[in-house]
Amino acid sequence: MNTVVWFAQLYIAVLAGFVGYQMIARVPPLLHTPLMAATNAIDAITVVGAMVLAGRGHGWFATVLGTIAVASAMSNVVGGFLITDRMLAMFRRDSGAAPKPAAASNGRGVH
Amino acid sequence: MGRDTIVLTAYFVSSVLFILGVKSLTHPDTARRGMQMAALGMLVAIVGTLFLHEIVTFRWIIIGLIVGSIIGYPLGMWVPMTAMPERIAISHTFGSLAASLVGIAEYYNAYQLAGGTGVGHAEMAALGLEVLFGSLTVTGSFMACGKLQGFVTERSVIYPFQNQSNIGMFAIAVLMFLYLIIMPGAQLVFYAMLALATLLGVLMVLPIGGADMPVLLSLFNAYTGLAAAATGFALNNYVLIITGALDGASGFILSVAMSKAMNRSFTSVLFGAFGSGTGAAGAARSAEGLTVNPITVEDAAMQLAYARSVVIVPGYGMAVAQCQHQVRELSDLIERRGGEVKFAIHPVAGRMPGHMNVLLAEVDIPYARLYGMEDINPDFNQADVALVIGANDVVNPAAKDEPGSPIYGMPILNVDEARSVIVLKRSMNPGFAGIENDLFYRDRTFMLFGDAKDSLGKLIAEMKNV
Repeated sequence: MNTVVWFAQLYIAVLAGFVGYQMIARVPPLLHTPLMAATNAIDAITVVGAMVLAGRGHGWFATVLGTIAVASAMSNVVGGFLITDRMLAMFRRDSGAAPKPAAASNGRGVH
Repeated sequence: MGRDTIVLTAYFVSSVLFILGVKSLTHPDTARRGMQMAALGMLVAIVGTLFLHEIVTFRWIIIGLIVGSIIGYPLGMWVPMTAMPERIAISHTFGSLAASLVGIAEYYNAYQLAGGTGVGHAEMAALGLEVLFGSLTVTGSFMACGKLQGFVTERSVIYPFQNQSNIGMFAIAVLMFLYLIIMPGAQLVFYAMLALATLLGVLMVLPIGGADMPVLLSLFNAYTGLAAAATGFALNNYVLIITGALDGASGFILSVAMSKAMNRSFTSVLFGAFGSGTGAAGAARSAEGLTVNPITVEDAAMQLAYARSVVIVPGYGMAVAQCQHQVRELSDLIERRGGEVKFAIHPVAGRMPGHMNVLLAEVDIPYARLYGMEDINPDFNQADVALVIGANDVVNPAAKDEPGSPIYGMPILNVDEARSVIVLKRSMNPGFAGIENDLFYRDRTFMLFGDAKDSLGKLIAEMKNV
């Protein structure tokens, strides 16, 4: 990896961290659980790295690990965005203002 | 347009959508829309990746995507809101597992594959970080999930020299990591570091008790982000770096907020298995010679029926008893009789940040009625009744008055200032750390013993008759 690329990455990481900090510090405690679910869902972007690994055909070991990685990251993509949406759909300003979406009632009560 | 341009454009678009998505979370009205955009961003990134010229076979990718979707769908749609903490913990395990596996495979290929060129120093730093934090989070978060689900004991597990050995092992892992940066070809060291970090994840979580879970989950949130960002460095993929940084920032902010809400430092959560010594001694002292005032359902219903202002304080007990629907019904009844109901949410009530808010939102309680600690504390002295449902440490006045208490200095809800306090509690067993709660012995506090769901059901029935 050459030094210029490495520094470009470092710039991006620092700037993104800074932007992230500024934005997330303003997320109200009300939404802290959805925030955690949401960051977890977008964090599953590692799926793209895993896809390259699984599809590049560089030996069986990397392919197996890559396939497992794709599956576990993808479970966060699907599960993460769905559950975030389910939660966010429940937050409303006034009771009964909007009809309750069918999806939100699935989480009711019993295990 | 070349294929690389397509891929890079896709990643750029998804980076922007992710940032907008996270930004939308600053307000509940914009949040849902914003996160749907972020989901679109994810789709763009995944589809874009398929255009990469490096990919020679789609078979395994598609199998992985399908299997992942099959696992993910129930985790998204069927998990009840009460189980959200363990749901988040297990997703941290999956996320960091993906990152570590990518790291391990990249390293393995660089040395074992014919034509592998080894790993440079900078790349090793990224891979090492990825595998170190990734594998630690895989087992650590799995253990956290186990503690929340109950298949691992929720109590602190303590043994002699625990902190010393954990810190020692962590130091060794870090030394191995530094050594690898200098000598990336030391494969044995790489796999030893991987094994050590995996083990450390388990050992690190063992001493952490149930009430410290919010900090632990936040910390693993940050680690997963760190691992993803490191993956981005290793693969030279900017969208990974950006999302990793966002996730890391979120985990960091939440960890600090949670530690602050418990008046404890990061290190004391990680290394200070709570309440093992001092708590027990304090408990014995304050409980002696004091009596509680039990209250009947009829009397409690009477108080609530004639109260003009009621503050409901939910805690983890509400999640355990899964009685949020009854809470809603009770609050409706009070309102129908002209009383005003507010909900007081302590930042660490429950087992993860914001846990109570989600449960109350689930039963359609408008978010304008959910008050944070700073906003509600000045209101307690005007409240006729404070109704505590399954909360304990977050309403313990010892945090204010008893310098010797393990929770001294922790900001609490000033429930004791209300004209009357009704506590719904299963029994007089003290909270997780064995800290006695002086609130229960006060003159204006009334204890309604029994399962919270049961008690609420009886209260509701009684309220209808008043």
